[in-house]
Amino acid sequence: MELTKEEEQALNGEMGETLQTSYRILLATGEATNAEKLIPIKWAHLSGVNYNTIGDSGEEFLRNLSKDARVKVKSTVNPMGFDFDHISEFSHIDDEFIEKQKSIRDSYIRMGVEPTFSCTPYDIFDLPEKNTQVSFAESNAAIFANSLGGIKTNKESAFSALASAITGKSPYSDLRKDGSDIQMTIRMKLENPNELDFGLLGFFAGKVGDTSVNISGVSQPNRRSCKSLCGGMGTSGTCAKFQFVDEESDGSEKVDFGKEEMQKIHDELNTSDKGDLITLGSPQLGLEEISDLSNMLKGKSFQKRCMIFCSRAVQNQARNLDYTKEIERAGGEILSDCCTCLTPLIDTNEVDSVITNSVKGAYYLKNSTGVDVNLKPLSKIIQEETN
Amino acid sequence: MTKVIVQGKASGLVLKTNNPINFLGAVDKQTGIIQDKKYDIFEKSIKDSILVFPHGVGSSVGAYTIYSLMVNGVAPVAMVCQKADLTVASGCALANIPMVIVSFDDFNSIQNGKEIEIDTNSSNILN
Repeated sequence: MELTKEEEQALNGEMGETLQTSYRILLATGEATNAEKLIPIKWAHLSGVNYNTIGDSGEEFLRNLSKDARVKVKSTVNPMGFDFDHISEFSHIDDEFIEKQKSIRDSYIRMGVEPTFSCTPYDIFDLPEKNTQVSFAESNAAIFANSLGGIKTNKESAFSALASAITGKSPYSDLRKDGSDIQMTIRMKLENPNELDFGLLGFFAGKVGDTSVNISGVSQPNRRSCKSLCGGMGTSGTCAKFQFVDEESDGSEKVDFGKEEMQKIHDELNTSDKGDLITLGSPQLGLEEISDLSNMLKGKSFQKRCMIFCSRAVQNQARNLDYTKEIERAGGEILSDCCTCLTPLIDTNEVDSVITNSVKGAYYLKNSTGVDVNLKPLSKIIQEETN
Repeated sequence: MTKVIVQGKASGLVLKTNNPINFLGAVDKQTGIIQDKKYDIFEKSIKDSILVFPHGVGSSVGAYTIYSLMVNGVAPVAMVCQKADLTVASGCALANIPMVIVSFDDFNSIQNGKEIEIDTNSSNILN
Protein backbone atom coordinates (compact mmCIF):
# COMPACT_ATOMS: atom_id res chain seq x y z
CA MET A 1 0.00 0.00 0.00
CA GLU A 2 1.30 3.46 -0.94
CA LEU A 3 1.43 5.97 1.90
CA THR A 4 1.77 9.73 1.56
CA LYS A 5 4.82 11.41 3.05
CA GLU A 6 2.79 12.54 6.04
CA GLU A 7 1.39 9.06 6.60
CA GLU A 8 4.92 7.60 6.45
CA GLN A 9 6.07 10.08 9.07
CA ALA A 10 3.19 9.15 11.34
CA LEU A 11 3.99 5.46 10.86
CA ASN A 12 7.60 6.12 11.83
CA GLY A 13 6.49 7.69 15.07
CA GLU A 14 7.28 11.29 14.21
CA MET A 15 3.78 12.39 15.27
CA GLY A 16 3.60 10.44 18.51
CA GLU A 17 2.78 6.96 19.67
CA THR A 18 -1.00 7.10 19.21
CA LEU A 19 -0.80 7.95 15.53
CA GLN A 20 2.03 5.48 15.03
CA THR A 21 -0.09 2.68 16.49
CA SER A 22 -3.09 3.78 14.42
CA TYR A 23 -1.13 3.79 11.16
CA ARG A 24 0.48 0.43 11.99
CA ILE A 25 -3.03 -1.03 12.26
CA LEU A 26 -4.16 0.64 9.00
CA LEU A 27 -1.05 -0.60 7.20
CA ALA A 28 -1.73 -4.19 8.29
CA THR A 29 -5.41 -4.06 7.34
CA GLY A 30 -4.51 -2.31 4.09
CA GLU A 31 -1.99 -5.01 3.19
CA ALA A 32 -4.47 -7.69 4.25
CA THR A 33 -7.05 -6.40 1.76
CA ASN A 34 -4.63 -5.40 -1.03
CA ALA A 35 -5.47 -1.71 -0.71
CA GLU A 36 -3.49 0.72 -2.82
CA LYS A 37 -3.98 3.74 -0.55
CA LEU A 38 -5.80 5.23 2.41
CA ILE A 39 -8.90 7.35 1.82
CA PRO A 40 -10.86 9.71 4.09
CA ILE A 41 -13.91 8.40 5.95
CA LYS A 42 -16.79 10.39 7.46
CA TRP A 43 -17.93 8.21 10.35
CA ALA A 44 -16.46 5.44 12.49
CA HIS A 45 -18.54 3.03 14.57
CA LEU A 46 -16.46 1.27 17.22
CA SER A 47 -16.79 -2.13 18.86
CA GLY A 48 -14.96 -3.26 22.00
CA VAL A 49 -16.97 -1.53 24.72
CA ASN A 50 -18.29 -4.39 26.83
CA TYR A 51 -15.94 -5.35 29.70
CA ASN A 52 -17.14 -8.93 29.22
CA THR A 53 -15.48 -9.04 25.81
CA ILE A 54 -12.36 -6.88 26.06
CA GLY A 55 -11.35 -7.73 29.63
CA ASP A 56 -8.65 -6.16 31.79
CA SER A 57 -6.10 -5.72 29.01
CA GLY A 58 -8.68 -3.96 26.83
CA GLU A 59 -9.72 -1.68 29.68
CA GLU A 60 -6.09 -0.77 30.35
CA PHE A 61 -5.31 -0.25 26.66
CA LEU A 62 -8.22 2.20 26.28
CA ARG A 63 -7.38 4.00 29.52
CA ASN A 64 -3.83 4.62 28.28
CA LEU A 65 -4.87 5.45 24.73
CA SER A 66 -7.47 7.98 25.85
CA LYS A 67 -4.84 10.07 27.64
CA ASP A 68 -4.02 11.70 24.32
CA ALA A 69 -6.05 10.05 21.53
CA ARG A 70 -8.93 12.09 20.14
CA VAL A 71 -11.27 11.03 17.36
CA LYS A 72 -11.00 13.01 14.16
CA VAL A 73 -14.39 12.14 12.62
CA LYS A 74 -17.89 11.48 13.94
CA SER A 75 -17.56 8.34 16.04
CA THR A 76 -20.22 6.19 17.70
CA VAL A 77 -19.84 3.12 19.91
CA ASN A 78 -21.32 -0.33 20.47
CA PRO A 79 -23.29 -1.41 23.56
CA MET A 80 -21.53 -1.97 26.86
CA GLY A 81 -22.31 -4.70 29.39
CA PHE A 82 -25.29 -3.20 31.20
CA ASP A 83 -27.57 -0.19 31.71
CA PHE A 84 -26.18 2.03 34.50
CA ASP A 85 -29.75 3.18 35.34
CA HIS A 86 -30.76 -0.37 36.24
CA ILE A 87 -27.55 -1.91 37.56
CA SER A 88 -28.83 -2.06 41.15
CA GLU A 89 -31.48 -4.56 40.01
CA PHE A 90 -28.78 -7.06 39.02
CA SER A 91 -27.09 -8.06 42.27
CA HIS A 92 -24.99 -10.84 40.71
CA ILE A 93 -22.83 -8.26 38.89
CA ASP A 94 -19.87 -7.45 41.11
CA ASP A 95 -18.36 -4.06 41.85
CA GLU A 96 -15.19 -4.81 39.90
CA PHE A 97 -17.21 -5.35 36.73
CA ILE A 98 -19.07 -2.08 37.30
CA GLU A 99 -15.85 -0.13 37.92
CA LYS A 100 -14.08 -1.56 34.87
CA GLN A 101 -17.13 -0.90 32.68
CA LYS A 102 -17.24 2.68 33.95
CA SER A 103 -13.57 3.12 33.07
CA ILE A 104 -14.11 1.83 29.52
CA ARG A 105 -17.14 4.10 29.06
CA ASP A 106 -15.18 7.10 30.31
CA SER A 107 -12.18 6.33 28.07
CA TYR A 108 -14.36 6.40 24.97
CA ILE A 109 -16.05 9.62 26.07
CA ARG A 110 -12.62 11.18 26.75
CA MET A 111 -11.58 10.35 23.19
CA GLY A 112 -14.59 12.30 21.93
CA VAL A 113 -16.96 9.56 20.76
CA GLU A 114 -20.71 10.06 20.97
CA PRO A 115 -21.93 7.91 23.86
CA THR A 116 -24.53 6.01 21.82
CA PHE A 117 -23.73 2.52 23.21
CA SER A 118 -25.76 1.00 20.43
CA CYS A 119 -25.28 -1.69 17.78
CA THR A 120 -27.86 0.07 15.59
CA PRO A 121 -26.38 3.48 14.68
CA TYR A 122 -28.62 3.41 11.58
CA ASP A 123 -31.68 3.58 13.89
CA ILE A 124 -30.34 6.67 15.68
CA PHE A 125 -28.85 8.86 12.95
CA ASP A 126 -29.81 9.67 9.37
CA LEU A 127 -27.29 7.95 7.13
CA PRO A 128 -24.98 10.21 5.09
CA GLU A 129 -25.43 10.60 1.34
CA LYS A 130 -24.97 7.59 -0.94
CA ASN A 131 -21.46 6.18 -1.46
CA THR A 132 -20.07 7.98 1.60
CA GLN A 133 -17.12 6.05 3.04
CA VAL A 134 -17.55 5.03 6.69
CA SER A 135 -15.81 2.52 8.96
CA PHE A 136 -18.18 0.28 10.93
CA ALA A 137 -16.84 -2.44 13.20
CA GLU A 138 -20.23 -3.77 14.34
CA SER A 139 -20.99 -6.42 11.74
CA ASN A 140 -24.77 -5.99 11.57
CA ALA A 141 -24.31 -2.23 11.15
CA ALA A 142 -21.67 -2.69 8.44
CA ILE A 143 -23.96 -5.05 6.52
CA PHE A 144 -26.94 -2.69 6.95
CA ALA A 145 -24.85 0.29 5.79
CA ASN A 146 -23.56 -1.49 2.67
CA SER A 147 -26.73 -3.35 1.71
CA LEU A 148 -29.62 -1.09 2.68
CA GLY A 149 -28.01 2.27 3.44
CA GLY A 150 -26.07 2.72 0.20
CA ILE A 151 -22.89 3.78 2.04
CA LYS A 152 -19.57 1.95 2.03
CA THR A 153 -17.54 0.09 4.62
CA ASN A 154 -15.57 -3.10 4.94
CA LYS A 155 -16.36 -5.45 7.80
CA GLU A 156 -13.99 -3.60 10.10
CA SER A 157 -12.41 -4.94 13.26
CA ALA A 158 -12.49 -3.21 16.64
CA PHE A 159 -8.95 -1.88 16.09
CA SER A 160 -9.26 -0.95 12.42
CA ALA A 161 -12.35 1.16 13.13
CA LEU A 162 -10.62 2.74 16.13
CA ALA A 163 -7.57 3.57 13.98
CA SER A 164 -9.94 5.07 11.38
CA ALA A 165 -11.68 7.17 14.05
CA ILE A 166 -8.31 8.58 15.19
CA THR A 167 -6.84 9.20 11.71
CA GLY A 168 -10.04 9.81 9.74
CA LYS A 169 -8.86 7.26 7.14
CA SER A 170 -9.38 3.69 5.98
CA PRO A 171 -7.68 1.45 3.40
CA TYR A 172 -9.32 1.70 -0.02
CA SER A 173 -10.17 -1.93 -0.75
CA ASP A 174 -12.85 -4.60 -1.22
CA LEU A 175 -16.37 -3.25 -0.58
CA ARG A 176 -15.17 0.36 -0.56
CA LYS A 177 -14.56 0.08 -4.30
CA ASP A 178 -17.28 0.26 -6.94
CA GLY A 179 -18.62 -2.59 -9.01
CA SER A 180 -17.02 -5.59 -7.37
CA ASP A 181 -18.58 -8.75 -8.86
CA ILE A 182 -20.84 -10.74 -6.60
CA GLN A 183 -20.01 -14.41 -7.07
CA MET A 184 -22.98 -16.09 -5.44
CA THR A 185 -26.78 -15.90 -5.47
CA ILE A 186 -28.75 -17.42 -2.62
CA ARG A 187 -32.25 -18.41 -3.64
CA MET A 188 -34.71 -17.86 -0.80
CA LYS A 189 -37.19 -20.74 -1.10
CA LEU A 190 -39.20 -20.24 2.10
CA GLU A 191 -42.71 -18.87 1.67
CA ASN A 192 -44.02 -16.03 3.86
CA PRO A 193 -40.81 -15.83 5.86
CA ASN A 194 -40.90 -14.23 9.32
CA GLU A 195 -38.02 -12.34 10.95
CA LEU A 196 -36.51 -15.55 12.34
CA ASP A 197 -36.43 -17.11 8.86
CA PHE A 198 -34.55 -14.01 7.65
CA GLY A 199 -32.08 -14.33 10.52
CA LEU A 200 -31.47 -17.98 9.61
CA LEU A 201 -31.10 -17.01 5.95
CA GLY A 202 -28.49 -14.46 6.99
CA PHE A 203 -26.59 -16.99 9.09
CA PHE A 204 -26.62 -19.42 6.14
CA ALA A 205 -25.49 -16.71 3.70
CA GLY A 206 -22.65 -15.70 6.00
CA LYS A 207 -21.45 -19.30 6.09
CA VAL A 208 -21.49 -19.96 2.35
CA GLY A 209 -20.78 -16.47 0.99
CA ASP A 210 -17.49 -14.64 0.66
CA THR A 211 -17.51 -10.82 1.01
CA SER A 212 -20.89 -10.26 -0.67
CA VAL A 213 -23.90 -12.26 -1.88
CA ASN A 214 -27.00 -11.77 -3.99
CA ILE A 215 -30.30 -12.90 -2.50
CA SER A 216 -33.21 -13.75 -4.80
CA GLY A 217 -36.84 -14.69 -4.08
CA VAL A 218 -37.38 -12.00 -1.48
CA SER A 219 -39.86 -9.15 -1.75
CA GLN A 220 -39.73 -6.08 0.46
CA PRO A 221 -39.04 -7.50 3.93
CA ASN A 222 -39.94 -5.20 6.83
CA ARG A 223 -37.31 -3.51 8.95
CA ARG A 224 -37.40 -6.15 11.68
CA SER A 225 -36.66 -8.86 9.10
CA CYS A 226 -33.93 -6.78 7.47
CA LYS A 227 -32.18 -6.22 10.78
CA SER A 228 -32.49 -9.90 11.61
CA LEU A 229 -30.91 -10.78 8.25
CA CYS A 230 -28.01 -8.38 8.88
CA GLY A 231 -27.49 -9.73 12.40
CA GLY A 232 -27.47 -13.38 11.32
CA MET A 233 -25.14 -12.74 8.40
CA GLY A 234 -22.60 -10.85 10.47
CA THR A 235 -22.39 -13.61 13.06
CA SER A 236 -21.37 -16.57 10.95
CA GLY A 237 -18.76 -15.41 8.48
CA THR A 238 -16.92 -12.70 6.61
CA CYS A 239 -19.77 -11.55 4.33
CA ALA A 240 -20.51 -7.82 4.69
CA LYS A 241 -22.95 -7.05 1.91
CA PHE A 242 -26.07 -8.47 0.26
CA GLN A 243 -28.16 -7.31 -2.61
CA PHE A 244 -31.74 -8.36 -3.34
CA VAL A 245 -32.01 -9.42 -7.00
CA ASP A 246 -34.47 -11.07 -9.38
CA GLU A 247 -33.49 -14.66 -9.87
CA GLU A 248 -31.29 -15.77 -12.76
CA SER A 249 -30.40 -12.18 -13.53
CA ASP A 250 -26.70 -12.94 -13.63
CA GLY A 251 -24.19 -15.74 -14.11
CA SER A 252 -23.20 -16.25 -10.48
CA GLU A 253 -23.22 -19.55 -8.58
CA LYS A 254 -26.69 -20.48 -7.24
CA VAL A 255 -27.34 -21.92 -3.79
CA ASP A 256 -30.82 -22.76 -2.48
CA PHE A 257 -32.02 -21.86 1.01
CA GLY A 258 -35.08 -24.03 1.56
CA LYS A 259 -36.76 -25.88 4.45
CA GLU A 260 -33.93 -28.37 4.81
CA GLU A 261 -31.17 -25.73 4.98
CA MET A 262 -33.28 -23.64 7.36
CA GLN A 263 -33.95 -26.60 9.65
CA LYS A 264 -30.28 -27.52 9.84
CA ILE A 265 -29.27 -24.09 11.12
CA HIS A 266 -32.31 -23.88 13.39
CA ASP A 267 -31.29 -27.20 14.98
CA GLU A 268 -27.74 -25.94 15.43
CA LEU A 269 -28.87 -22.82 17.32
CA ASN A 270 -32.09 -23.97 19.03
CA THR A 271 -31.03 -26.22 21.91
CA SER A 272 -34.12 -26.15 24.12
CA ASP A 273 -37.90 -26.25 23.70
CA LYS A 274 -38.49 -23.86 26.58
CA GLY A 275 -36.71 -21.07 28.42
CA ASP A 276 -36.50 -19.34 31.82
CA LEU A 277 -36.28 -15.81 30.50
CA ILE A 278 -36.99 -13.89 27.28
CA THR A 279 -34.66 -11.41 25.56
CA LEU A 280 -35.68 -9.21 22.62
CA GLY A 281 -33.18 -7.07 20.78
CA SER A 282 -30.06 -8.21 19.07
CA PRO A 283 -29.65 -5.99 17.15
CA GLN A 284 -31.26 -3.50 19.58
CA LEU A 285 -34.89 -2.71 18.70
CA GLY A 286 -35.75 0.40 16.71
CA LEU A 287 -38.70 2.74 17.30
CA GLU A 288 -40.91 0.93 14.79
CA GLU A 289 -40.20 -2.42 16.45
CA ILE A 290 -40.98 -0.98 19.91
CA SER A 291 -44.23 0.42 18.54
CA ASP A 292 -45.16 -2.99 17.02
CA LEU A 293 -44.31 -4.72 20.28
CA SER A 294 -46.47 -2.31 22.22
CA ASN A 295 -49.43 -3.12 19.92
CA MET A 296 -48.84 -6.86 20.10
CA LEU A 297 -48.83 -6.76 23.92
CA LYS A 298 -52.24 -5.04 24.30
CA GLY A 299 -54.11 -6.82 27.08
CA LYS A 300 -51.38 -9.40 27.55
CA SER A 301 -48.73 -10.00 30.23
CA PHE A 302 -45.43 -11.84 30.10
CA GLN A 303 -45.38 -15.00 32.19
CA LYS A 304 -41.67 -14.74 32.73
CA ARG A 305 -39.00 -12.09 32.88
CA CYS A 306 -38.54 -10.32 29.53
CA MET A 307 -35.57 -8.04 28.82
CA ILE A 308 -36.07 -5.66 25.90
CA PHE A 309 -32.96 -3.98 24.51
CA CYS A 310 -32.98 -0.72 22.56
CA SER A 311 -30.64 2.24 22.29
CA ARG A 312 -30.99 5.14 24.75
CA ALA A 313 -32.08 7.42 21.88
CA VAL A 314 -34.85 5.03 20.82
CA GLN A 315 -35.97 4.51 24.42
CA ASN A 316 -36.30 8.29 24.91
CA GLN A 317 -38.34 8.63 21.71
CA ALA A 318 -40.51 5.65 22.68
CA ARG A 319 -41.18 7.19 26.12
CA ASN A 320 -42.22 10.47 24.56
CA LEU A 321 -44.61 8.64 22.27
CA ASP A 322 -45.94 6.48 25.15
CA TYR A 323 -45.00 3.22 23.41
CA THR A 324 -43.23 2.04 26.55
CA LYS A 325 -46.36 2.15 28.76
CA GLU A 326 -48.02 -0.97 27.35
CA ILE A 327 -44.71 -2.87 27.29
CA GLU A 328 -43.92 -2.08 30.92
CA ARG A 329 -47.47 -2.83 32.00
CA ALA A 330 -47.06 -6.25 30.38
CA GLY A 331 -43.94 -6.80 32.50
CA GLY A 332 -41.28 -6.02 29.90
CA GLU A 333 -38.05 -4.46 31.21
CA ILE A 334 -36.67 -1.87 28.80
CA LEU A 335 -32.88 -1.65 28.96
CA SER A 336 -30.52 0.62 27.05
CA ASP A 337 -26.77 0.90 26.36
CA CYS A 338 -26.51 -2.92 26.29
CA CYS A 339 -27.89 -5.85 24.30
CA THR A 340 -28.53 -9.61 24.38
CA CYS A 341 -25.06 -10.41 23.07
CA LEU A 342 -22.50 -11.00 25.79
CA THR A 343 -24.41 -9.13 28.46
CA PRO A 344 -23.58 -10.12 32.03
CA LEU A 345 -27.21 -9.34 32.96
CA ILE A 346 -28.18 -12.98 32.43
CA ASP A 347 -27.27 -14.74 35.69
CA THR A 348 -26.22 -18.23 34.62
CA ASN A 349 -26.65 -19.50 38.19
CA GLU A 350 -30.36 -18.79 37.86
CA VAL A 351 -31.01 -19.22 34.15
CA ASP A 352 -30.47 -22.39 32.14
CA SER A 353 -32.10 -21.36 28.89
CA VAL A 354 -33.20 -18.17 27.16
CA ILE A 355 -36.03 -17.55 24.71
CA THR A 356 -35.25 -15.18 21.83
CA ASN A 357 -36.14 -14.49 18.19
CA SER A 358 -32.58 -13.37 17.39
CA VAL A 359 -30.22 -15.67 15.50
CA LYS A 360 -27.27 -13.48 16.44
CA GLY A 361 -28.39 -13.48 20.07
CA ALA A 362 -28.84 -17.26 20.02
CA TYR A 363 -25.29 -17.82 18.77
CA TYR A 364 -23.67 -15.72 21.51
CA LEU A 365 -26.05 -16.90 24.26
CA LYS A 366 -25.03 -20.46 23.50
CA ASN A 367 -21.34 -19.99 22.75
CA SER A 368 -20.34 -17.15 25.05
CA THR A 369 -22.93 -16.82 27.84
CA GLY A 370 -23.21 -20.60 27.97
CA VAL A 371 -26.98 -21.09 28.20
CA ASP A 372 -29.39 -23.11 26.07
CA VAL A 373 -31.59 -21.25 23.63
CA ASN A 374 -35.24 -21.55 22.63
CA LEU A 375 -35.32 -19.81 19.28
CA LYS A 376 -38.71 -18.79 17.91
CA PRO A 377 -40.32 -15.85 16.07
CA LEU A 378 -41.74 -12.88 17.99
CA SER A 379 -45.35 -13.81 17.13
CA LYS A 380 -44.82 -17.21 18.74
CA ILE A 381 -43.06 -15.71 21.77
CA ILE A 382 -46.09 -13.47 22.37
CA GLN A 383 -48.49 -16.37 21.80
CA GLU A 384 -46.71 -18.88 24.05
CA GLU A 385 -45.10 -16.72 26.74
CA THR A 386 -47.88 -14.26 27.62
CA ASN A 387 -51.37 -14.62 29.02
CA MET B 1 3.86 -15.97 -2.97
CA THR B 2 3.99 -15.06 0.71
CA LYS B 3 2.53 -11.73 1.70
CA VAL B 4 3.64 -9.89 4.82
CA ILE B 5 0.84 -8.38 6.89
CA VAL B 6 2.76 -7.68 10.11
CA GLN B 7 6.56 -7.66 10.06
CA GLY B 8 8.81 -9.56 12.45
CA LYS B 9 10.86 -12.64 13.14
CA ALA B 10 9.89 -15.73 15.12
CA SER B 11 10.45 -19.44 15.41
CA GLY B 12 8.39 -22.15 17.03
CA LEU B 13 6.38 -25.32 16.58
CA VAL B 14 3.50 -25.26 14.12
CA LEU B 15 0.00 -25.63 15.55
CA LYS B 16 -2.20 -26.11 12.51
CA THR B 17 -5.99 -26.17 12.19
CA ASN B 18 -8.24 -26.32 9.17
CA ASN B 19 -10.99 -24.45 11.05
CA PRO B 20 -11.34 -20.68 10.62
CA ILE B 21 -10.90 -19.19 14.11
CA ASN B 22 -13.38 -16.93 15.93
CA PHE B 23 -10.99 -15.54 18.55
CA LEU B 24 -13.83 -14.12 20.64
CA GLY B 25 -15.28 -17.24 22.19
CA ALA B 26 -13.07 -19.98 20.80
CA VAL B 27 -9.88 -19.04 22.66
CA ASP B 28 -9.46 -18.59 26.43
CA LYS B 29 -7.59 -15.30 26.66
CA GLN B 30 -6.12 -16.13 30.09
CA THR B 31 -4.57 -19.45 29.07
CA GLY B 32 -4.40 -19.47 25.27
CA ILE B 33 -6.29 -22.78 25.21
CA ILE B 34 -8.89 -23.50 22.50
CA GLN B 35 -12.15 -23.95 24.39
CA ASP B 36 -14.65 -24.62 21.59
CA LYS B 37 -15.29 -28.35 21.01
CA LYS B 38 -16.01 -27.77 17.31
CA TYR B 39 -12.32 -27.08 16.57
CA ASP B 40 -9.89 -29.81 15.58
CA ILE B 41 -7.36 -28.23 17.97
CA PHE B 42 -9.81 -28.26 20.94
CA GLU B 43 -7.96 -28.16 24.30
CA LYS B 44 -4.64 -27.36 22.62
CA SER B 45 -2.71 -24.27 23.71
CA ILE B 46 -1.76 -21.69 21.08
CA LYS B 47 0.87 -20.20 23.43
CA ASP B 48 4.30 -19.75 21.77
CA SER B 49 3.14 -21.64 18.67
CA ILE B 50 3.27 -20.63 15.05
CA LEU B 51 -0.49 -20.70 14.60
CA VAL B 52 -1.47 -21.82 11.11
CA PHE B 53 -5.18 -21.48 10.23
CA PRO B 54 -7.26 -20.56 7.16
CA HIS B 55 -8.51 -17.15 8.40
CA GLY B 56 -10.38 -15.43 11.21
CA VAL B 57 -14.20 -15.27 11.42
CA GLY B 58 -16.87 -13.75 13.62
CA SER B 59 -16.81 -10.85 16.02
CA SER B 60 -14.77 -7.74 15.29
CA VAL B 61 -13.87 -7.75 19.01
CA GLY B 62 -11.69 -10.81 18.38
CA ALA B 63 -8.89 -8.28 17.73
CA TYR B 64 -8.99 -7.43 21.46
CA THR B 65 -8.69 -11.14 22.28
CA ILE B 66 -5.46 -11.35 20.26
CA TYR B 67 -4.13 -8.29 22.08
CA SER B 68 -5.13 -9.83 25.46
CA LEU B 69 -3.32 -13.07 24.62
CA MET B 70 -0.14 -11.03 24.12
CA VAL B 71 -0.58 -9.04 27.36
CA ASN B 72 -1.26 -12.29 29.26
CA GLY B 73 1.86 -13.92 27.80
CA VAL B 74 -0.03 -16.72 26.05
CA ALA B 75 -0.07 -15.54 22.43
CA PRO B 76 1.30 -17.41 19.43
CA VAL B 77 4.75 -16.16 18.33
CA ALA B 78 3.49 -15.78 14.75
CA MET B 79 0.39 -16.44 12.65
CA VAL B 80 0.16 -17.87 9.15
CA CYS B 81 -3.13 -17.66 7.25
CA GLN B 82 -4.42 -18.52 3.83
CA LYS B 83 -6.69 -15.50 3.60
CA ALA B 84 -6.39 -12.23 5.47
CA ASP B 85 -9.17 -10.76 7.54
CA LEU B 86 -9.23 -7.43 9.33
CA THR B 87 -9.74 -8.83 12.82
CA VAL B 88 -6.62 -11.00 12.80
CA ALA B 89 -4.53 -8.48 10.84
CA SER B 90 -5.33 -5.59 13.19
CA GLY B 91 -5.02 -7.72 16.34
CA CYS B 92 -1.56 -8.90 15.28
CA ALA B 93 -0.55 -5.35 14.29
CA LEU B 94 -1.36 -3.98 17.73
CA ALA B 95 0.12 -6.97 19.57
CA ASN B 96 3.26 -7.00 17.37
CA ILE B 97 2.76 -10.60 16.34
CA PRO B 98 4.33 -11.31 12.92
CA MET B 99 1.67 -12.39 10.44
CA VAL B 100 1.88 -13.62 6.86
CA ILE B 101 -0.49 -14.89 4.17
CA VAL B 102 0.63 -17.92 2.18
CA SER B 103 -0.64 -19.59 -1.00
CA PHE B 104 -3.05 -22.53 -0.95
CA ASP B 105 -0.23 -24.96 -1.79
CA ASP B 106 2.13 -23.57 0.84
CA PHE B 107 -0.65 -23.69 3.41
CA ASN B 108 -1.26 -27.36 2.64
CA SER B 109 2.42 -28.23 2.81
CA ILE B 110 2.97 -26.81 6.31
CA GLN B 111 3.07 -29.74 8.72
CA ASN B 112 1.57 -29.67 12.19
CA GLY B 113 4.15 -30.03 14.97
CA LYS B 114 7.14 -29.10 12.81
CA GLU B 115 9.57 -26.39 13.92
CA ILE B 116 9.64 -23.48 11.47
CA GLU B 117 11.09 -20.00 11.34
CA ILE B 118 9.49 -16.83 10.01
CA ASP B 119 11.53 -13.79 9.04
CA THR B 120 9.62 -11.15 7.09
CA ASN B 121 12.83 -9.37 6.12
CA SER B 122 14.47 -12.45 4.61
CA SER B 123 14.06 -13.54 0.98
CA ASN B 124 12.77 -16.88 2.26
CA ILE B 125 10.11 -15.75 4.66
CA LEU B 126 9.19 -19.26 5.81
CA ASN B 127 11.88 -21.80 6.66
